[in-house]
Amino acid sequence: MQDIDILHKLYKQEFTKMVAVISKTFGLGHIEIAEDIVAETFMTATENWRAKSVPESPVAWLYAVAKQKTLYHFRRSKIFDEKVAPLVRYDAAKSEEYEPDFSSQSIKDNQLQMLFAVCDPAIAGESQIGLALRILCGFGIDEIAEAFFTNKETVNKRLFRAKEKLRESNIKMEMPAGSEVVKRLDIVLHVIYLLFNEGYYSTTQNRVLRKELCLEALRLGLLLTEFEITNVPKTNALIALMCFHASRFDAREAGENGVLLYEEQDADLWDKELIAQGLRFLTLSAEGSEMTSYHIEARIALWHCTKEDSVRKWEEILQLYNQLLMINYSPAVAINRTYALYKANGWKEALVEAEKLKLENSHFYYVLLGELYSNSDIGKAEQNYRQALALVRNEAERRIISNKIGALH
Amino acid sequence: MNEFALLFRQSNQLANMPEEEMKALIKKWQDWMGSIAAQGKLANNLVIRLVPDGKVLKSGGVITDGPFVEIRERLGGLIVIKADTIDEATTLAHGCPVFEVGGSVEVRAIMNMP
Repeated sequence: MQDIDILHKLYKQEFTKMVAVISKTFGLGHIEIAEDIVAETFMTATENWRAKSVPESPVAWLYAVAKQKTLYHFRRSKIFDEKVAPLVRYDAAKSEEYEPDFSSQSIKDNQLQMLFAVCDPAIAGESQIGLALRILCGFGIDEIAEAFFTNKETVNKRLFRAKEKLRESNIKMEMPAGSEVVKRLDIVLHVIYLLFNEGYYSTTQNRVLRKELCLEALRLGLLLTEFEITNVPKTNALIALMCFHASRFDAREAGENGVLLYEEQDADLWDKELIAQGLRFLTLSAEGSEMTSYHIEARIALWHCTKEDSVRKWEEILQLYNQLLMINYSPAVAINRTYALYKANGWKEALVEAEKLKLENSHFYYVLLGELYSNSDIGKAEQNYRQALALVRNEAERRIISNKIGALH
Repeated sequence: MNEFALLFRQSNQLANMPEEEMKALIKKWQDWMGSIAAQGKLANNLVIRLVPDGKVLKSGGVITDGPFVEIRERLGGLIVIKADTIDEATTLAHGCPVFEVGGSVEVRAIMNMP
């Protein structure tokens, strides 16, 4: 049983590294070969370790077996026949070039290249996130389906399409040239941001999965800081943002009812270590003059790590939301901004502004209206909470809204 | 959805305003702009604030430091917003803090380049 635990842990930890390194040999167009080799390697490990025992350095064992399997596949593959053999007279020295290099530097280099390849603009939207979850974060198909609130078939279809794109567009495992890196980095950061949000705001009840998603996004962010070209202020701002949010993960999950309202959180459960780490990255992010939405969101998140409920705090948050909206409008930010306006300037002004938003598809919008009307018109407050109930999908949120209705009377 | 420029003209005397009043005015501006942005009406997130000083180039190559126009007001900044009609754009301009200092908002449709 213990062996299974170790294997599971190693799989989570090594899958993406091994796929990245092996993909270098076969090219991204054949990423499924790399996935197969890694899967086979773990299969061999399961059989072997059960029959005998877990080797002294299991990771080195896995790398050695993966290396053998890679070379075996490679020599038998069409790629070798069609591309390598005609060009070079194959000999032992040459074969080393195609041998996967599992040194820690090579793993990092390949993971970075993989990250940039997955973020190629040719692969768009949900396929990209799915591919990132699979290839960069090592999530299983069923886990991705759960995170996306969809089924395995849909995920498989998306991944298939993404891989097809990798092949068709001949996307290479290499860093984009020159100024392209800067442009591509924006997509990379955005994808990491989406991965984090997928975990942080996901509607799935599986909180182990959600936390893992957040930590994987954070890990990819930290990978970027290890390379001079990607360790820039906006990268640090995104990491700070993720640290601050992640610091409240356990507090958010503490209540039986799942996601807790911010006011009800137990500040003692906030992860002080993560907050401190976030502050370090926030300081680094302040270098340079570029002000990105990550910078602003990080500062908002930092304020949310301060357990005070003063007008001053909400005034600061309000101004940050004002700035954020001017850079980057989204309905969620508009709703949050109006909540901050309520806490900073009072319900009357906020109610006027809230009525202007007209975000009738969002249950959060009706929760906000309900809260604002509860100051003046209980009937209208209840009416809005009921609208929210009609739209909400998450059981935990449904209970919170029902409680709010109960508290009105 | 069409685009309209809101041009904010205000008095030249703002520089003499006490610091506290100035701070309060700035907050009003930020909240007002935040309100426009929260409605998703800010076009291309285009907000331009102008530094008070500048140059004026007139025909014949005459360059002066101002005044920009021969009236008490000068252009303080502009934003571009999204609205269906000029009436809707004008409605959005209501509540602009420029009125508190005796200024005005000029609403102008942006001409689509062919």
